[in-house]
Amino acid sequence: MVEMTAPSDALHSIPALLARNVARIGALPAYREKEFGIWQSWTWAQTDDQIRALALGFLSLGVERGDHIAIIGRNRPAHYWAMVAAQMCGAVPVPLYQDAVADEMAYVLDHCGARFIVCGDQEQVDKVLEIEDRVQHIQHVMYNDRRGMRKYDHSRMNALADVQAEARAGHFRYEGELTKRIAELDYDSTCVMLYTSGTTGKPKGVVLSNRNIIETAKNTSGFDHLRHGDEVLAYLPMAWVGDFIFSVGQAYWTGFTVNCPESPATMMTDLREIGPTYFFAPPRVFEGQLTNVMIRMEDAGRLKKKMFDHFMALARQVGPAILDGKPVSMMDRLRYGLGNILVYGPLKNTLGFSRIRVGYTAGEAIGPEIFDFYRSLGINLKQLYGQTEASVFITQQPDGQVRSDTVGVPSPGVEVKIAENGEVFYRSPGTFVEYFKNPESTASTKDAEGWVATGDAGFFEDGTGHLRIIDRAKDVGKMADGHLFAPKYVENKLKFYPNILEAVVFGNARTMCTAFVNIDLQAVGNWAERNNIAYASYQELAGHPRVYDMIQGHVEEVNRSVAADPMLAGCQVHRFLILHKELDADDGELTRTRKVRRNIIESKFAELIDALYDGRDSIYTETEVTYEDGRKGAIKATLTIRDAAVQGTQTRMAAE
Amino acid sequence: MNAETAMKTEGYTTADGRKIGGVLMEMKNITLRFGGVTAIKDISFDIRDGEIRAIIGPNGAGKSSMLNVISGFYVPTEGEVWFKGFRRGPMKPYQVAQLGIARTFQNIALFDGMTVLDNIMTGRLTLMKTGILAQAMWWGSAQREESAHREKVEKIIDFLEIQAIRKTPVGRLPYGLKKRVELARALAAEPKILLLDEPMAGMNVEEKEDMCRFILDVNDEFGTTICLIEHDMGVVMDLSDRVVVMDYGKKIGDGTPDEVRANPEVIAAYLGVAHD
Repeated sequence: MVEMTAPSDALHSIPALLARNVARIGALPAYREKEFGIWQSWTWAQTDDQIRALALGFLSLGVERGDHIAIIGRNRPAHYWAMVAAQMCGAVPVPLYQDAVADEMAYVLDHCGARFIVCGDQEQVDKVLEIEDRVQHIQHVMYNDRRGMRKYDHSRMNALADVQAEARAGHFRYEGELTKRIAELDYDSTCVMLYTSGTTGKPKGVVLSNRNIIETAKNTSGFDHLRHGDEVLAYLPMAWVGDFIFSVGQAYWTGFTVNCPESPATMMTDLREIGPTYFFAPPRVFEGQLTNVMIRMEDAGRLKKKMFDHFMALARQVGPAILDGKPVSMMDRLRYGLGNILVYGPLKNTLGFSRIRVGYTAGEAIGPEIFDFYRSLGINLKQLYGQTEASVFITQQPDGQVRSDTVGVPSPGVEVKIAENGEVFYRSPGTFVEYFKNPESTASTKDAEGWVATGDAGFFEDGTGHLRIIDRAKDVGKMADGHLFAPKYVENKLKFYPNILEAVVFGNARTMCTAFVNIDLQAVGNWAERNNIAYASYQELAGHPRVYDMIQGHVEEVNRSVAADPMLAGCQVHRFLILHKELDADDGELTRTRKVRRNIIESKFAELIDALYDGRDSIYTETEVTYEDGRKGAIKATLTIRDAAVQGTQTRMAAE
Repeated sequence: MNAETAMKTEGYTTADGRKIGGVLMEMKNITLRFGGVTAIKDISFDIRDGEIRAIIGPNGAGKSSMLNVISGFYVPTEGEVWFKGFRRGPMKPYQVAQLGIARTFQNIALFDGMTVLDNIMTGRLTLMKTGILAQAMWWGSAQREESAHREKVEKIIDFLEIQAIRKTPVGRLPYGLKKRVELARALAAEPKILLLDEPMAGMNVEEKEDMCRFILDVNDEFGTTICLIEHDMGVVMDLSDRVVVMDYGKKIGDGTPDEVRANPEVIAAYLGVAHD
């Protein structure tokens, strides 16, 4: 084991960490990518060679200090190299969401003033060319995948590999300059700029310094004992702060290996082949996998199903306790061991979770059943709470203190306080420098003492010191009768049902709560197949009376559970409808990180909301949709509205 | 030497700047009869190196018969087929493949029980040199050879973006993907000329667009000459460099998409004529 923590005073930039890794663990793998069906790997030494060649190429193209270099593409080693190469030149890498449509991209490119753009493939290049006349300052476009690029005008365009080749041939010219630029980097130079997905308004460019990233990486790597030899799978958008922290910050700090999938569609196969030891996924990935397992078990033979049910019952009983190191009887331990051989081990292998030491989920609330399922298998799945402005980490759960309804204790080096109105504030070494070209927003988010408002309402639990988050502070409201309105709380309960993909609850300043529901096509489609329900489209399935019956059952169950909490009893859903289309980021209804944009949904579907409140039992609607290539279309539907039984309204009436 | 013959040997440059070579395959006065039925009547045309050539026509015009003549499956009753400057005689299917001609079928002809990868590997059968015994033992040169072939196949899998279904049995795939796998298998044979029998039939708009892009990319990246039959006029006109139009076994038009579109006979065959 190589000592990785020694003299940190000189390690003030990602390129400096790279140099250290080359010196200490140069022959160990830094990146792997599956290409042409085989995992290709690059050691830290090879990675350094690639990045330097790219950096020299950037210099020869005229990259200046402080330039912004946009990177648009899926997770591939070359794209990560481009980010570090940009840092070497004193420029700022700006990774963008690759599924953004051209218009969204135009805003960000214009805002950061990027002169150089690195594109993953032809699709991204086409988008850049489409907006080129609106974003004047674009000077040079580089692309990674040559496919289909031959016929393009290359006077201001080049393949990354060619940029490297040219630079390698003429390396004497720029080597001195590159060494000088790397030496200029210090702890306060900008490491990366990331655009927030923006639940409200235009995206904001969050400037994170080397200090933010490296301090956070150092603290959190220590918290979870991450080390070189660990493996991660880089599959989440490069524009998301989490990917930057995991695949760059922590990877360069500890020297672990970043594995890139072959294509987004092969992610599950690649996950299984790599078997990461450190893994992050939003709740929907875990949900999706669990749904898959359950669907396949439905179709399994009787013996297998019986065995699965028996051992899963046992695992739910004792699995989490064994994982947390709590006392469990010898007999149960033996039975759990047997279950591990027969069920848990093979299942974990199928899921690609055989080697996981640390797994995290965040971003949305995770259903307790889902969370417990993975924990009971012996997978150390934990929760964290964070945001871009904090370089991810605000709170996280220490090993052995893991629960589904809290988000853990403050991360090392982070201070957290709760304001009078319940809003959570934090201050940490990872706290962002500023919003790019937006001092007003910076000032309104971060006060003079460095405290940042998260916009979330929450409280510390008595006794454990764990933080619990209720909802977005601005979404928490009052109903007409004065009851507390916390939509997210109810939506999460609804979304814990595998059949419900998304839910949006309304009711602020109104007399009762109502909801839109999105069904999960995979889960409901499978259910329909097993019950001989024929359907031709998502829309038809969503409007099927038996699907309505099923969803009504879920809504009423949620009402019963909401009613149990006197503070939130007013949030029971009285009426609901199932939407005829999936809420989609392309239509602006969700953010790119799949969070509901409430105000947009409220204005777009205003007539549906009115219908929920005026007592009608069906409504005709036409909705505009945007296709992947940016074209628009409309879908028409007549939606049914159902009433759901609510609990305890009589007692409330009587009390009034 | 007149302009016509100059074009034949020296080729031409397309509107989008691609260089098209000389004549690769030439049909001379082809007639094909099945007993009393004449499927093709005295048709002549050529296919040039590197071009995308389409054969269109209403149902029963004789397009598939023509493709079968090109592929060597049918021997024309009269007329000659010249390929790479030689007159072609009757051939066995493996000889066709060895000549560098590969095709896909209108109603997909893949091995349903085999994986996508194995199906594509069969496309390289004629390129394998080691004997059946050595392959069965999977030892020495056979092993090395298979690795080399697998590498080529992986390039094609990457090219057609079907990595995610590499190990999936073909029988479980949806129609659009099967078509793509069939194209992959045809490409695996590294053909000089690729014959596509209605590659877009039965596809939705998105699948059609994908398929168009793949056909253009194949032509562009590998320089493969492509001859295709297609019903969708929009697709044909966008995709091809030159078009042959057939009707009732006869050739009624031949030229660039614009020329063909303006041809009164073609308009009559497709849209009908007003009788006054």
